[in-house]
Amino acid sequence: MDSVLSEDPVALKILIAGGFGVGKTTLVGSISEIKPLRTEEVLSDRGVGIDDLDGVESKTTTTVAMDFGRITIREGLVVYLFGTPGQERFWFMWDELSYGALGAVVIADTRRLTDCFPSIDYFEQRGTPFVVAVNCFDDADAHSIEDVRIALDLDDDVPVMLCDVRRRSSAKEVMIALVEHSLRTLASAN
Amino acid sequence: MSDRPQWFDEEAGPVVRPYALIRGRTRSSGDAFDLVATVRTIGDPPDDSGPEQQHILRAARNPISVADLVAELDLPIGVVRVLLGDMRDHGLISVTSPAAGGARSNERILKEVINGLRAL
Repeated sequence: MDSVLSEDPVALKILIAGGFGVGKTTLVGSISEIKPLRTEEVLSDRGVGIDDLDGVESKTTTTVAMDFGRITIREGLVVYLFGTPGQERFWFMWDELSYGALGAVVIADTRRLTDCFPSIDYFEQRGTPFVVAVNCFDDADAHSIEDVRIALDLDDDVPVMLCDVRRRSSAKEVMIALVEHSLRTLASAN
Repeated sequence: MSDRPQWFDEEAGPVVRPYALIRGRTRSSGDAFDLVATVRTIGDPPDDSGPEQQHILRAARNPISVADLVAELDLPIGVVRVLLGDMRDHGLISVTSPAAGGARSNERILKEVINGLRAL
């Protein structure tokens, strides 16, 4: 297996998913150098009435560009982070993004927990390993991890964790939890 | 009654503005390039190459991912893929797809990633 990888740099993909305004951009920015990738779509007035801003009052613009981050582990081994477009009209990009992905982080906001249902459904159906990171917004009620697990009807082996996506150390813990989960998933499949 | 020319559909000509660089096309042999595929320069720039092609050829002297190229060129992903498809067809670059599932199913690499993340 190593011979396949010896010549090319090894590039791993991690997806950052979750509802609109949940903190995907912030998470990617906390842990890596972030650059936007422009997609084909241009934001138009189609977003009016579609992008539901309830509970995300401070968010006034939407991210049409796709978040893209990079963590260099060593020369020749790089982890790429791609923020999945939050709005449903960009779902056509998900299949491509998730192909060959190491796993996904689904960010949840307890004020709008249902927003992450589509992401969870998607990764469950594709068998992509994922973790759920509950972003602790300042004004959100504190919920226990068990409450969130039950509300999301997650399998027991799916890691659920509280996080603060603004903090680098917290973002790091989430990434480590995901790669460890992917490793366990791999080991149990073999 | 009007005798002014009326344009419908194709008669209006190609809609090129967002895609002028690639002559209005939105598809090419580069459609399937993975965002983390590796691009390498393997040929010399032809005399008629544009600034974007030259930029790509410079950037890909060392292996670079498609996503990194897209970020560096600051062009839409679809446009970069068409450019890359053309350039590969002309033998200017090589594009290597990541070994399907190769790296993510390699325990040693995943452990290395975990250790690398801890050391950040």
